[in-house]
Amino acid sequence: MTTIGAAPATGRRTTPRSGGRRRWTFDRVSLFVVFLGLPFLGYLTLVIYPFLQAAYYSLTSWSGFTPTQDFVGLDNYTRLLGDDTFLKSIGNSLTLLVVVPVLTLVLSFALACLVTFGGASTGGVRGLRGSSFYRVVSFFPYIVPAIATGIIFARFYDPSAGLLNGLLTSLGFDGAQDYPWLGDATTAMPAIIAVIVWTFVGFYTVLFVAAIKGIPSELFEAARLDGAGRFRTAVSIAAPSMTGSLRSAYIYLGIFALDAFVFMAAMTPDGGPQNSTLVITQQIYSAAFREGRFGLACAMGVVLAVITFLFVGIVFGVGKVLGREKKAEARR
Amino acid sequence: MTSTRTTASAGAPAPGQKLPAAERAIGAGSHTVLSIWTVVIVVPLLWTVVSSFKTSREIFASPFSLPETWRFQNYVDAWTTAGIGRYFLNSVVVVACALVVTMLTAAMSAYVLSRFDFPGRSLIRNVILAGLTFPIFLAVVPLFFILQQIGVLNTLPGLIVAYSAYAYPFTVFFLLSFFEELPAEIAEAAAIDGASEWRTFFQVMLPMARPGMASVAILNVVGLWNQYLLPVVLNSVPTNFVLTQGLASFASQAGYNVNFGALFAAAVMTILPVLVVYVIFQRRLQGSVAAGSLK
Repeated sequence: MTTIGAAPATGRRTTPRSGGRRRWTFDRVSLFVVFLGLPFLGYLTLVIYPFLQAAYYSLTSWSGFTPTQDFVGLDNYTRLLGDDTFLKSIGNSLTLLVVVPVLTLVLSFALACLVTFGGASTGGVRGLRGSSFYRVVSFFPYIVPAIATGIIFARFYDPSAGLLNGLLTSLGFDGAQDYPWLGDATTAMPAIIAVIVWTFVGFYTVLFVAAIKGIPSELFEAARLDGAGRFRTAVSIAAPSMTGSLRSAYIYLGIFALDAFVFMAAMTPDGGPQNSTLVITQQIYSAAFREGRFGLACAMGVVLAVITFLFVGIVFGVGKVLGREKKAEARR
Repeated sequence: MTSTRTTASAGAPAPGQKLPAAERAIGAGSHTVLSIWTVVIVVPLLWTVVSSFKTSREIFASPFSLPETWRFQNYVDAWTTAGIGRYFLNSVVVVACALVVTMLTAAMSAYVLSRFDFPGRSLIRNVILAGLTFPIFLAVVPLFFILQQIGVLNTLPGLIVAYSAYAYPFTVFFLLSFFEELPAEIAEAAAIDGASEWRTFFQVMLPMARPGMASVAILNVVGLWNQYLLPVVLNSVPTNFVLTQGLASFASQAGYNVNFGALFAAAVMTILPVLVVYVIFQRRLQGSVAAGSLK
């Protein structure tokens, strides 16, 4: 092991500082090649290149089994525009994109507020006692493999043997007897959304608790002295001070909601009753790997990517506009 | 929720003394809400554990009843006849190898990107960042053919390669901030002492980044273990199934014949490893999530 700081007074120091900086010795070149060059090359081949290839395949009628790909221009896209099932799946994905983040963020923000300043306190702003217990428990679903969560809840919603209907009927809701939560077009989507929210709330609670703790406590003290209640404090002090966290949380959740493949695969693999839970990713999967229409599947993938970028752009754009308004307000 | 009463009654200027009863009610209310949420989290999981010891007949008889005898046989059935044991081992092999590959390559790349300034550095960083935002679903279709051409489709090495490639951008980004915070003087001192660049990294800089490495390694263990899309697309040979995939295929079969007890047992066994990791490392895990929020 090299001892740090020992014996600097050797002959090596004859070359001044810059010598160590910019000389392309074998040592340094090999470091660049092995440390950055090769891994980055692998990453380009396996991650970036497929994205570009997909964009190209989307313009072909490739089935995956022919050696050549016939260029068909925008045919795949026009076909998708006239495909009612695909349009339905876009609608479902957009529903998820709106509902899942909003529900998750509202719930986890509320829980984070309860944990950080929902405690009984006189004097300073204090957290809730035993709050770490709640955090440890509620974070856990995020760790559980999503496919296991989906399978467990598919059983949980089971019409006759599921826990949900068992609980509801024992509470006196006789309508719940044998009610197929995932088999009815009106409840399938809400039931799945509930599971996704269940998975993510704890994770974002932890994130928001950290964000709230990062807000200078003087702000809370001041609000308190001015007579703001806890609800008011949460809405007017905590939320505006953590727009950055809220925004990135919205983006992560949105990107996930546009995927949602795992949960659907576990609970309603065939798109649910009347395709009420069919999402874009399921369409891509079956077009590519069941029907062997790779060109079409790639076109669907491009549509998904475009939606994702639009969504990220909008969330960033709205954030910027809001930020500017706030600054203008502050100047006034 | 509102505590307006405290201010209404506050004739005294000092805010220190307030109505303890109202305050206590608020605390109790918070505890009630959080307890309800805890129950919502715990009950489905507990129900899964209890059901994993029941026979299919008992499961259909009542969702509440405790098993007449605690059937560990369900676990044996799931492990052997349903092939969960094999899938479990496949998962362990794939996750362990992919973790080593990812951690090593990402740490090396992050080190070079953080320590040296060279033309194209910001371009490389942005390309790596782009990999985090693109929907993976767009890439998996061509990826299928790339792995086929390399000849590793439907094999465990193929999965290891794919897992590592898709965990690489996240890991590099997470580690970049750690390496950037390390003092550059130490690396320079090591160089002055005659250490090669390689040696400086492995013996001086990498050990200093250990906290960051540990955090991202835990996140990767969980993420890789839970990976579902990549194996489903890239691996359709049943003997090479990983656990998440095997569990899903078991569940779709169980829809027709039976043994739901074994299905619940399989779910429990899928969750158990991440539960162990979570119980041991939950402080660090939550810490790194919290640290991420401040960036």
